[in-house]
Amino acid sequence: MTSNDAGLSVPDWPTSFGSWYKIPKLVGGVKFEHTHRMIAQGAGLLTIVLAVWTWRVEKRRWLRILSLAALGTVIAQGILGGLTVWFYLPPKVSSAHAALAQTFFCITVAMAMFTGKRWVEEQPRVEFDQRRPTLFTTLTLLSIFVLYVQLILGAMFRHHGLSWYPHVVHAVVVSFVLAWTAVRALSVYSQIEAVRRPAILMLSLVIAQLCLGFTAFLTRVAWGRDAVQPELPMVISTVAHVAVGALLLATTVILAIQVWRHVPVAFEERLPQAHQDPTAA
Amino acid sequence: MKVGALALCGLLTLAACNKKENTEQSSNAPAESAAPAQAATPIDPATAATINGTVKFDGTAPKQSKIDMSQDPGCKGTNEAENVVVSGGDLANVFVYVKDGLSNRTFDVPKDPVVLDQKGCQYHPHVLGAMAGQTVQIKNDDPTTHNIHPTPKDNREWNESQPPSSPAIEKSFSREEIMLPVKCNQHPWMKMYISVVKNPFYAVTAKDGKYEIKGLPPGDYTLAFVHEKLGEQDQKVTVAAKDTKTVDQSFKAAAE
Repeated sequence: MTSNDAGLSVPDWPTSFGSWYKIPKLVGGVKFEHTHRMIAQGAGLLTIVLAVWTWRVEKRRWLRILSLAALGTVIAQGILGGLTVWFYLPPKVSSAHAALAQTFFCITVAMAMFTGKRWVEEQPRVEFDQRRPTLFTTLTLLSIFVLYVQLILGAMFRHHGLSWYPHVVHAVVVSFVLAWTAVRALSVYSQIEAVRRPAILMLSLVIAQLCLGFTAFLTRVAWGRDAVQPELPMVISTVAHVAVGALLLATTVILAIQVWRHVPVAFEERLPQAHQDPTAA
Repeated sequence: MKVGALALCGLLTLAACNKKENTEQSSNAPAESAAPAQAATPIDPATAATINGTVKFDGTAPKQSKIDMSQDPGCKGTNEAENVVVSGGDLANVFVYVKDGLSNRTFDVPKDPVVLDQKGCQYHPHVLGAMAGQTVQIKNDDPTTHNIHPTPKDNREWNESQPPSSPAIEKSFSREEIMLPVKCNQHPWMKMYISVVKNPFYAVTAKDGKYEIKGLPPGDYTLAFVHEKLGEQDQKVTVAAKDTKTVDQSFKAAAE
């Protein structure tokens, strides 16, 4: 919708052209804006089902709470979407709407993992970090943090609240932190599949994301600065950049969770050697 | 729960305020008048002067890009970008106005509206001048819905849709603002500019680059030439009683 410059083509909210249920003629910007609203409604309904279902059948209390968090996030997301319409796309609100969307995506991806067969049945293989115990966990959390900052900077640029250069400069920081995290995961913990797989995916997505970011910069900032309407290369490269960004954030969250599960901090000075390696038993 | 209820109440209040604001803006012109109307300073028609001239484009004119309107079958005909319109070196769509020199003179707001038409999914005219408080009448002559969305810096923002064959929308802008952008979110190529000024001494260059400002009292003025892409250039001009002065201007191609 944003890439097609179609925000606000339906000028009212929560109704669309004054109606709660009528589907307007899907031409021009309305095609993108109203389709976005219909998909959002679908996502909202599915999240209600998810929360009710989880609350009824799930025994893990923290997971039930997480399902409520997903529901709260999708409600807040809807309200933020409405505020963007009422206040004509203020950059801060639009950026919050963009960032919360990816937060919701991460929550649902994490829930899918927590309820998956592998997570439920797997006996985690625990590798104590013997060298610098807190570094890896810190690195994974730092990766999430720098990605989140990058998401906000990108959203602020996309919604005309900031110039492009903070997002581009911060991309260097993100690349460095994520590469460091991935290299550590692959060099030290490659034997743990649950860590190795998201680390490889994360590294691949970083490379893809840098290429897409460069393409989006060329099509939108360098070549498309004076474009009178959104052109297809602009739309494709920007949408792909946003989508891969969301996948990258979710993958990094998954990696952090798997690291937390499989690579706990060792307390070797307090534990006897036999207790440090449960797989040895 | 209490916090949630309070947040909901706050949001509903916010919504109510927003709706109220929109309703106020939607009323017919002049909706945004801030100060009480002052009596206009009389101008002696016998001494009124005229400024005219031609605005030129210096350099190679950029090619006007074709617009793809296939996303809406209601948009008929062909359409080209209007951001820099040059014909034989003459520059169209330059807003020319008396920026300075009228001191504390006040002027009656014209009762007749200025008209902005949407036809062929294009705004006619591309640059429109209006006095602060003057009614801007917006028509839709297309068989499709448009929405009119001004994005001002100093006036109130609004966004209204206008289906085909619906009555004209009438609005006004209370504060002076030059080249106030207006866009249609249905059709992203549709952009135009309204310049809102406090005096009636303004004009927009036609395709031949020509403009004319009539009825000006004798005096020393700053004449501003404003283009949406090429920026603003000012010229000092002195006109005597009954004078007709020619003030030409030229814009260079914007540096890449």
